[in-house]
Amino acid sequence: MISHLRTMWLVFLHLFHKRETIQYPEEKVAMRPRWRGRIVLTKDPDGGERCVGCYLCAAACPVDCIALQAAEDENGRRYPEFFRINFSRCIFCGYCEEACPTYAIQLTPDFEMAEYRRQDLVYEKEDLLIDSQGKYPGYNFYKMAGLSAGVKEKGKGENEEAPVDIKSLLP
Amino acid sequence: MTVMQHIWIVLGVLFVFLNIAAGLIWVERRLLAMWQDRLGPNRAGPLGLMIVLADTLKLFFKEDWIPPFADKWVFIFAPAIVVASVLMSFVIIPFAPGILVADLNVGLLFFLAMSSLGVYSIVLGGWASNNKYSLLGALRGASQMIAYEVFMGLSLMGVVMLSRSFNLAEIVAAQEKVWFVFLQPVGFVIFFIAGLAETHRLPFDIPESESELIAGFHAEYSGMKFGMFFIGEYLGITLISAMTVTLFFGGWLGPAFLPPVVWFFLKTFVFIGLFILLRASLPRPRYDQLLEYGWKLLLPLVLVNLLVTGAIALWMKH
Repeated sequence: MISHLRTMWLVFLHLFHKRETIQYPEEKVAMRPRWRGRIVLTKDPDGGERCVGCYLCAAACPVDCIALQAAEDENGRRYPEFFRINFSRCIFCGYCEEACPTYAIQLTPDFEMAEYRRQDLVYEKEDLLIDSQGKYPGYNFYKMAGLSAGVKEKGKGENEEAPVDIKSLLP
Repeated sequence: MTVMQHIWIVLGVLFVFLNIAAGLIWVERRLLAMWQDRLGPNRAGPLGLMIVLADTLKLFFKEDWIPPFADKWVFIFAPAIVVASVLMSFVIIPFAPGILVADLNVGLLFFLAMSSLGVYSIVLGGWASNNKYSLLGALRGASQMIAYEVFMGLSLMGVVMLSRSFNLAEIVAAQEKVWFVFLQPVGFVIFFIAGLAETHRLPFDIPESESELIAGFHAEYSGMKFGMFFIGEYLGITLISAMTVTLFFGGWLGPAFLPPVVWFFLKTFVFIGLFILLRASLPRPRYDQLLEYGWKLLLPLVLVNLLVTGAIALWMKH
């Protein structure tokens, strides 16, 4: 009986506690930078697409919601011809971001993606590609890669030594 | 009192209490939310008050479905019983001197009889639904009635002894000097527990118990038939609160700076708040536990209370 009265009193005191509710449309939720929300494709510092169309994200995706087709431009630089994410299937697991070797695909702290029609949840490349470097500013895959794809000469990349002259015996 | 005056009082009581019962949708949700550190419905209209209208409209537009396996006429009739019986009980409550529908000299007995009829709606509704969960709910409703009905009536006999009347207006008048809650504290606590069980409110919502019986006796009900059970429950809260105020807290009596009716409703709302606080704080006992407490603890307690009250009343007389 006493414990019941104590319970009632303690519950009553909650009248004067702070409210937990966030009144959402007016008050926004404080999002963490690592929140796994809407997926974007980022660009490198020069404004080129980071995605090299390696299909690793599509392979890693557990619900098969990523579809893309790789292509190559005249310099030999690979890029996705189309890149499609079906957000009505996406479970925001972040495996694609982990799989991406070029930091191209990234998850952002944005969840306000509601649509009236299901078809509108299928995002094409122009919806996904953003004019930003995302979480890795200053990173440019083709400056690191050994391949010359119109970004830098062979041997001129970051941390890259000049190519060995295979015709010479001298070190 | 002329006939017209009488009709106006009846209509006024009906209007006020049906509106209170509807308004309790908002009150209960807001208060529960406050006690759970939430905000509750606050979007529709000022302070979210229009949730009452929205909820009512929603209930009207819901499909009013009668299951093909149900006992049709009993199924339709059951929700009406609870509302009718509770509304009938309001007849004898004096809201202020002169403002009451029927000045019965057996008012208290009439209240006990009418409020007990409410259990028929649970038993019949559960039976007519032809659903095993509903039947279990009905079964529990019946067993709960056996548990509380005995000590409910007896807990009020102390009040009757002190005021020497079954007439509620006279009971209120007898509390001019001191409220009966100070003379009958045990009677008050036991009556309130019984009232809680009577309205099937949360610590004792054993026939409904949504965590184990889904919704118990009204699992098959939808639309406005469900709404009737809903309104009946809120009317029941208001009734028990009003009765507690009348019998133990001096009814309309209070300092003169407010009119008697205002005092009556202020006190009633305190108890409605207590009902909701109990819902927010206490867990539900099993129905055999309620039976056990009812028969082994509360019934002897109420008999001792009656004995002591009688002895003191006799001693004071000499």
